[in-house]
Amino acid sequence: MGKRSIIPYGPQHPVLPEPIHIDLVIEDERVIEAIPSVGFIHRGLESLVDRRDIHQLTYVIERTCGICSFGHGMGYCETMEDIFGVEVPKRAKFLRTIWFELSRMHSHLLWLGLLADAFGYENLFYQCWRIREKVLDLIEMTTGGRVIFSVNKIGGVLKDISPEHLRLIDSSIDDIKAELEVIKKTFIEDSTVQSRLRGIGIITKEQAHALGCAGPVARASGIRCDMRKRGYEAYQFLDFEPIISDAGDCFARCYCRLMEVFQSIDLIHQAIGMIPDETDISIDVKGNPTGESFIRIEQPRGEAVFYVKASGKPHIDRFRLRTPTFANLPGLCEMLKGAELSDVGLMVVTIDPCISCTER
Amino acid sequence: MSVLKYAPEALKNLFRPPVTTSYPFKPFEPADRTRGRIEIEIDQCIGCGMCVRACPSSALTVDKNAGKWTINRFDCIACGFCVEKCPKKCLSMQQFYQEPGPEKNEVTYTKSPEVLAEEARKREEAAKKAAEAKAAMEAKKAAEAAAAAKEEK
Repeated sequence: MGKRSIIPYGPQHPVLPEPIHIDLVIEDERVIEAIPSVGFIHRGLESLVDRRDIHQLTYVIERTCGICSFGHGMGYCETMEDIFGVEVPKRAKFLRTIWFELSRMHSHLLWLGLLADAFGYENLFYQCWRIREKVLDLIEMTTGGRVIFSVNKIGGVLKDISPEHLRLIDSSIDDIKAELEVIKKTFIEDSTVQSRLRGIGIITKEQAHALGCAGPVARASGIRCDMRKRGYEAYQFLDFEPIISDAGDCFARCYCRLMEVFQSIDLIHQAIGMIPDETDISIDVKGNPTGESFIRIEQPRGEAVFYVKASGKPHIDRFRLRTPTFANLPGLCEMLKGAELSDVGLMVVTIDPCISCTER
Repeated sequence: MSVLKYAPEALKNLFRPPVTTSYPFKPFEPADRTRGRIEIEIDQCIGCGMCVRACPSSALTVDKNAGKWTINRFDCIACGFCVEKCPKKCLSMQQFYQEPGPEKNEVTYTKSPEVLAEEARKREEAAKKAAEAKAAMEAKKAAEAAAAAKEEK
């Protein structure tokens, strides 16, 4: 038995996209315990509810995260719509679904690139981000922003997608799908990728359940949880099944996210096929509502929870956002126990950490 | 399972043209909806301050009497909420981005002297009309009071 020592890991580390600090208690080359600490980039977004009115907050909350921004804005709007007691027009629901799935695609492609980078496959990393760029172009074409969409409002959406643009999205994602097939073959069949991902960082179904893991991390351990099945927005009209894997290792998490990109493409096809031909894309809400609401949505990284309490004043009393990365951190600490030091970076990446979301 | 699954694609990439563009030699092509930066047609502005109240990052100030509209472009988050709220639709979102700069300075737009003079003239006229109306009202009240006093007698 070797001597125990502590290695500080992060907040600045080549593999980390965002700052998280983990104290790794190691014995020889093996991690015995991992103690995370967060709080390097706290911005106090939740306390801004005192100073910004309910409509301005849509834009503030959207900027919680630079990757899954659309989901945050949409989640807040859904929560406020619940308090106002209004239902958004059907076309707005489909538009939100299309944008949300495009945002999931770009988030997962970004993550696949980061994963390839983490296990040292630079070429694959470039290809993932090259494909992601096409998704970003579609997003810019329809919303005007590349990662911050700013199209949500309480009661619907601000911008419509024209039929020509819908057709263009429909054909573009088919091209993206063809390019993804090449990437998929490499991720799933290449033995160098397999040797870095298989059997590493295993979380069993029981552990994932007990530690409250969310999103692809939970689904990779065999838990069938996908908040989209709750049927919010247009998901109630679409036909899909959550992608589940049983292995619970790094490869399973990679597989789930990779297949979810294909699933998103399928969902966008379905949504474009079913989108109603209406002109109404939003309804106006007036006044300061009273009430509280609690909404759960499926972000690319997992389940996000929104809570709003309003009491008839121009400013809401309380806004709370539980992000998926926060739910996945206990799972990360569990999988790091017993890991080789050289695999730590890879495991941190496989939970898709979004620390800026977590610290808000 | 095999090694070098990506090798054929990687080799093909050697003969493909570059995906990236050589900015700034080839200019950036924005989409129609690209949210670049806010521009104002200042002479159309009525100084109502709706944009100031809408702005989530407090980047705007308006001085109605001086005909000035000020934006701190480095505070602006280009969300487009002011464009949405503007009742005169004199605010617009341009497709080009704000250029970087060494200071977080503000940019002030002032109405042209002709428009300012016209507005001052209109204000004066309105004030004159209001004063006339007030005088007429007072005269009417005084006449009514006098009539009432006469009746009482």
